[in-house]
Amino acid sequence: MNSMHAAALVAAMSVMTILTRFLPFIVFRKNTPRYITYLGKVLPPAIIGMLVIYCLKDVSILSKPFGIPELIAAICVVGLQVWKRNSLISILTGTVVYMVMVQMVFG
Amino acid sequence: MAGYVVLGTGFGILLRNAGYGVLWAAAMSLLIYAGSMQYVGVSLLTGGASVLTTLLTTFMVNARHLFYSISMVDTYKDAGRYKPYMIFALTDETYSLLCDGKAPEGADPNTYRFLVSLFNQSYWVAGSVIGSLLGGVLPFSTAGIEFSMTALFIASFTEQWLTTRDHIPALTGLLSTLLCLVIFGKDRFLIPAMLLITLVLTLLRRREEGETV
Repeated sequence: MNSMHAAALVAAMSVMTILTRFLPFIVFRKNTPRYITYLGKVLPPAIIGMLVIYCLKDVSILSKPFGIPELIAAICVVGLQVWKRNSLISILTGTVVYMVMVQMVFG
Repeated sequence: MAGYVVLGTGFGILLRNAGYGVLWAAAMSLLIYAGSMQYVGVSLLTGGASVLTTLLTTFMVNARHLFYSISMVDTYKDAGRYKPYMIFALTDETYSLLCDGKAPEGADPNTYRFLVSLFNQSYWVAGSVIGSLLGGVLPFSTAGIEFSMTALFIASFTEQWLTTRDHIPALTGLLSTLLCLVIFGKDRFLIPAMLLITLVLTLLRRREEGETV
């Protein structure tokens, strides 16, 4: 990708992020429509689910290493999160576990 | 603070591995300033996404910010000259610190909120720059560090699963996306997935209301 296109993508992300933050201050000063409030409740967890799949889209379960490093690291993240409820610990440990696996075990 | 520096560092390293150096890292953290979105942004950049996909993805990933802002309309109404920056800098982390509407005793609430916003972004930018510089000199291989983004979302997914009782929205997101990935393939499933998620959730609401009427 050339730098111009990359800069356009960064600008797009910037403008849209600013828009999502400013829009309510401009539009919903008084009453928020119930449909919007409903989406506000259900959309965030759904989008996190979408992003989990998005992150794993390049994993091939039909060829070596069959997604095993991803599976083991993901189990570590979920287990630690349930146990410690500290995202930073879960993320750091899961990432280190994954790096060790792809570099030393399955490398 | 620790969260922002560590996640910012991860972002800086990832972006550098993707071929974009310290200026890109600083620019993205200054201009976009949305943690998860910047991680997704790295993969949009490496995947050669279109501007349309990028706009839609940013909207969906950041849709929750609409609701942070909605709940802060009152709190921020007297912030005066600080207000534009405070709205710009209303991230997950800043929201979680300020959403109770309280400020330390003796401090001007608006100055306090402005400074919290400003310091948080400073940590984020500093982390991104450190990560980008560190990525070039680390004495060990960073292969596999891209999993930090996956881990970030799996941890968020688990945490919200533990804190909510209604798991239908989370499962809708997971399954709709999986279906679209199978149907449209990994280069084109994102937009269909976002549309399908919105559609399914909208239909679920109608049914929910139909039952209660």
